[in-house]
Amino acid sequence: MRNLPGIFVAGAAATAILATSGVLADQSNLPSIDGVELKTRAEAPKDHPLPEIISGFEFRTKETQALELDDFTNPGFLLVESGEETWSTAEGSAGKSCESCHGDAAESMKGVRAAMPKWNEAAGRPFTLENQINECRTEQMGADAWKWESDDMLAMTAYVGLQSRGMPVDVDIEAGDMMSWWEKGKDFYYTRFGQLDLACANCHEANYGNYIRADRLSQGQSNGFPTYRLKWQKMGSLHRRFKGCMDNIRAEAFKRGSDEFVALETYLAWRGEGLSVETPAVRN
Amino acid sequence: MTITRRQVFALGAGVAAVALTGLPRVTFAEEDKVQAAIDAFSGGATPETANVSLTAPEIAENGNTVPISFAVDSPMSDDDHITEVTLLAAGNPSPDVATFHFTPMSGAAEATTRMRLAKTQDVIALAKTSTGKVYMDRKTVKVTIGGCGG
Amino acid sequence: MAKSKPRVKVPKTASKDEVITIKTLISHKMESGQRKDKDGNVIPRQIINKFTCDFNGKTVFSCDLEPAISANPYLEFSAKVPESGTFKFTWLDDDGSEYSTESKIAVE
Repeated sequence: MRNLPGIFVAGAAATAILATSGVLADQSNLPSIDGVELKTRAEAPKDHPLPEIISGFEFRTKETQALELDDFTNPGFLLVESGEETWSTAEGSAGKSCESCHGDAAESMKGVRAAMPKWNEAAGRPFTLENQINECRTEQMGADAWKWESDDMLAMTAYVGLQSRGMPVDVDIEAGDMMSWWEKGKDFYYTRFGQLDLACANCHEANYGNYIRADRLSQGQSNGFPTYRLKWQKMGSLHRRFKGCMDNIRAEAFKRGSDEFVALETYLAWRGEGLSVETPAVRN
Repeated sequence: MTITRRQVFALGAGVAAVALTGLPRVTFAEEDKVQAAIDAFSGGATPETANVSLTAPEIAENGNTVPISFAVDSPMSDDDHITEVTLLAAGNPSPDVATFHFTPMSGAAEATTRMRLAKTQDVIALAKTSTGKVYMDRKTVKVTIGGCGG
Repeated sequence: MAKSKPRVKVPKTASKDEVITIKTLISHKMESGQRKDKDGNVIPRQIINKFTCDFNGKTVFSCDLEPAISANPYLEFSAKVPESGTFKFTWLDDDGSEYSTESKIAVE
């Protein structure tokens, strides 16, 4: 992005702003996948920073939405299937697979993604799904940790995440010391970074629905991750998206899995409470 | 619902943005390459603009993955069926996208795929019948060059 | 992804001579040969260049793919089903690899 922040002043919103708002009036029109309804708009509780909580789904064209609404056309399912295979494949010195302890993922993993990040008492910090999977691998299976953005990790987070699809995002920020991570994430959200001197809030709170050159800004919700992006032509993690945003505003991006990004993920999950988990979503 | 002041402003700006993107998009050199590809397919005959319908988004959200479909009217009988359909992209580094080969056992001369478009340009579908006729359809797809795709 | 994996969706049953819709997807990066790596060297082209659908040993539909087809190629097309039998789907890679899968269909 070569333009100056001045573009926000001229930020153009499409007629679609009115078209999508129409969904509000008719909640019976919820998008659904194989009968599972997706709540793509949620009422914001009092004192929430947004007037209404809206999934990134609503900011995309009907063609992109159609890819997500059919599990066969959704290319994210190539990785979901590989995650399903890995689930029952034994690995590591303990000779165990995920299935050895957790059984049927459809049962045991239901709701897991919706509650992430989750306070981990032993570690004394919030765990993202990636953190939890790697802890299982190193502590229970005696296997090597996966890299954050590896196909193996994306496949497993997508497969586990899918088991919560349609369930509302609901994180427990009262547990342990979650509040201090939430605070840290909130500070991050409103702090300007980089040569373009932008905070998350400048685009995703003050200008969602508007266009930044040709891209339509969403609220930057995290309910669809890991997500298949048309631009990437593959699945990617939430932290990859964070890094992409930071690169664009010409900031030095934090590392995937860093405390900064885990704090931001914690705060963002809270901002999106009530939206359905859409993993694996399809975005532009 | 009520329209906020911000939305009214935003709508006005949206119209301006649409006006700005309506720029010419195919150079003469590209048109030559496409014409050569059309001639190669049709054997020099001028394709008739009929019977083929090409479906593509008016605006693609990302040029890396653009859904595209076509359907050709044909009895698909042994005597009269579509043998080949080729897709061309006028503004790509190379215009060829894909060539589909049909038989009477295909039942219908239609297909859907996803393609890459380097920029805003025309997508062309050419169809050949077993009786030697060539049909064509052409659609412009706007490809938005991202401000901030991440 | 290291290994390409196909997915296909074919109805399990059809009536005689029914025209059915078949959907296929395969994981593949479809490296166009036009990109450069960080050092400015061209990344060599590697794509799926051919897809074939056979029914009971006879080709029903095929497609030649170019680098302009998106990663993880998706193809949706039709086929007429004259009798019970087996669809065989084959994808050919530039590197010579061949990926294939089969689906049975019963005519009722």
